[in-house]
Amino acid sequence: MQVTQRAEAEAASRPPTAQKQAAKTGTLRRLLMRPEMGAVAGAVGVWLFFALTAGGRGFLTLRGTANYLEVAAQFGILAIAVALLMIGGEFDLSIGSMIGACGIIFALLSANFGWNVWMAMLASLAFAILLGIFNGALVLTTGLPSFIVTLGTLLMIRGVTVGTTRLVTGRTVVSGLGDLPGYDAIRDVFASKLTIGNAGFSIAILWWLVIAALATWVLLRTPFGNWIYGVGGNPQAARNVGVPINLVKIVLFIGTAVAAWLVAMIQVLGARSADVVRGTGTEFTAIIAAVIGGVLLTGGYGSAVGAVFGALIFGMVRQGIVFLGIDPGWEDAVLGAMLVIAVLVNRYVRHRALGVRE
Amino acid sequence: MSAAATSLMDAMQQEERRRLDVPRGTELLRLEHASKYFGSVVALEDVSIDLKAGEVHALLGDNGAGKSTLIKILSGVHQPDKGRYLVEGQEVHFTSPRDALARGIATVYQDLAMIPLMSISRNFFLGAEPTTGWGPFRRFDVETADRISREELLRMGINVRDTAQAVGTLSGGERQSVAIARAVYFGARVLILDEPTAALGVKEAAVVLRYIAQARARNLGVIFITHNVHHAYPVADRFTILNRGSSYGTFSKQEVTREEVVQMMAGGDDLETLGHELEEFARLDDERVGRMLPSEAGAGAMLQEMGQAFVAEGQEAERETPPPR
Ligand SMILES: Nc1ncnc2c1ncn2[C@@H]1O[C@H](COP(=O)(O)OP(=O)(O)OP(=O)(O)O)[C@@H](O)[C@H]1O
Ligand SMILES: [Mg+2]
Repeated sequence: MQVTQRAEAEAASRPPTAQKQAAKTGTLRRLLMRPEMGAVAGAVGVWLFFALTAGGRGFLTLRGTANYLEVAAQFGILAIAVALLMIGGEFDLSIGSMIGACGIIFALLSANFGWNVWMAMLASLAFAILLGIFNGALVLTTGLPSFIVTLGTLLMIRGVTVGTTRLVTGRTVVSGLGDLPGYDAIRDVFASKLTIGNAGFSIAILWWLVIAALATWVLLRTPFGNWIYGVGGNPQAARNVGVPINLVKIVLFIGTAVAAWLVAMIQVLGARSADVVRGTGTEFTAIIAAVIGGVLLTGGYGSAVGAVFGALIFGMVRQGIVFLGIDPGWEDAVLGAMLVIAVLVNRYVRHRALGVRE
Repeated sequence: MSAAATSLMDAMQQEERRRLDVPRGTELLRLEHASKYFGSVVALEDVSIDLKAGEVHALLGDNGAGKSTLIKILSGVHQPDKGRYLVEGQEVHFTSPRDALARGIATVYQDLAMIPLMSISRNFFLGAEPTTGWGPFRRFDVETADRISREELLRMGINVRDTAQAVGTLSGGERQSVAIARAVYFGARVLILDEPTAALGVKEAAVVLRYIAQARARNLGVIFITHNVHHAYPVADRFTILNRGSSYGTFSKQEVTREEVVQMMAGGDDLETLGHELEEFARLDDERVGRMLPSEAGAGAMLQEMGQAFVAEGQEAERETPPPR
């Protein structure tokens, strides 16, 4: 009681301008401590770099922008779902082969078995949801690290996809989707271009932004979002206060699986063909984008907005290097360096967020 | 999706209202002749304990005495192998901590109480988030959560700068205090604290002891586990002392001195030597603390002083009617 009174007395004796000052620096400080701040600054830096070096080669044009945003959108859809899962304390490596599998299921059902394209799309979605539940249940029942469990399912899904596709078609690619009845309508939903000026902006960008807004709303403004942070931050404590941690984790695994499905639909309908190896490597790019976006590898901290900017950096670096006309091999070097820097910045931010104590 | 959590919150708030209706001294829970075995290990043998509204009941004992096992039975983690457990006179068979929580029995564990990277208000409402809006637009009411957590902490005498700050920035004592405030807000009538002061320095421990006294003033029953008689003695009304799974019985503060409690905790072996040793420890401790904090007369004296203050505060709170929320 005494302590409180003393603090109040002190606050009252301080001049009002000083109080306002304190509030202002508080807001600024809080803004700087947001998990995504590093990625936002990084994205601005990368954009400036390519604007200066490749600005004359088309990076700054509408077409150039549409180009890197399209790449970033696909990374971003995955990275947002992966970020939520990582905040919840788990990894999902299996998305790398799930993209190929979802695409092949859609293509086989519609092209080889004559299903209606919309039904084939829903079947592929149902498959993704089941895989998400399977991943979650496997992680929860075995108690093993999800990194290992989903590495296993990554290989299993790819193996089964390749084997089945060869068995049915004799090849590992299903093509000719453009001739299917109803193709144009379904392509409009997943892979159309919106023309702005002289550039075609992929509709995937819209999906990306809608998913980002939805994920941010869930994280910051729903009880479920609070549970995600709780489950990732300290599962035992979350369980003790009544958070259904198994449900939360399974929903998050379904989220990454559905994101993989969406990217599969975008890619397959854009290319008019499905390939079993589609999506290979994205399991790591999604994690890298999330980490560059400020998500902690240990869980419990991060944001969807950060993942958006992490993916944007990816898109800009990948396409910016093409505009620059240098060897694409440099892409990995740049991204690798950014990842290391991001992890260091994240650690610093977390220490600051927790004050001097750990 | 949070229907379960919401209904739990409702149940807890009903409990809060009922808590204030219960007269001080009403029996809240009673464990009779409980035994608990882990394979061949006898963790508890024929132990009884009871708790009344508006009292602090200290559970004391050395390492491995069975304190944690006992409170895990009370909080629904374990089921007793023998004996009866009654809550407000009704026999209960809890199968999970949720069952106990729904009856207003909240447990605060030393390390597992809070999530360091989450803000104070998010921690405060984790698992029972207030919502506004309708249907798919039903959302976590962040403003209400901030306001209530700030108010509740102030009612416990905790003045936080900013409820958006991460719990990890708080000191150990403050963290415990937030966990206690949380349990009280959600209508706990029984607060079980497992070694809340174990890892804390004297000043931090004093902060937590103050909130324990606050909780008592709000008519909760508190079971307070500790190794440290100096922490227990100033705030506790009664003591139950465990030794190797058995109980020495329950004593009111009028019946025992601090020294007698210490002797019983030590299991009555070699009492004389131990007594001398402890005196020596106490003297050294006072000297050391005296040097570090010249303004204080030593840890023991400080705690004793606090104890008197608590009693006065408690009596004052009893005279006032509890403020409506
Ligand atoms: N789950 C368990 N399985 C087996 N033995 C157990 C289990 N829990 C407790 N015990 C044993 O029961 C006895 C009492 O343990 P308990 O944890 O209740 O002691 P405590 O009084 O809380 O000790 P401390 O002060 O060290 O926390 C110990 O011998 C312990 O090894
Ligand atoms: Mg213990």
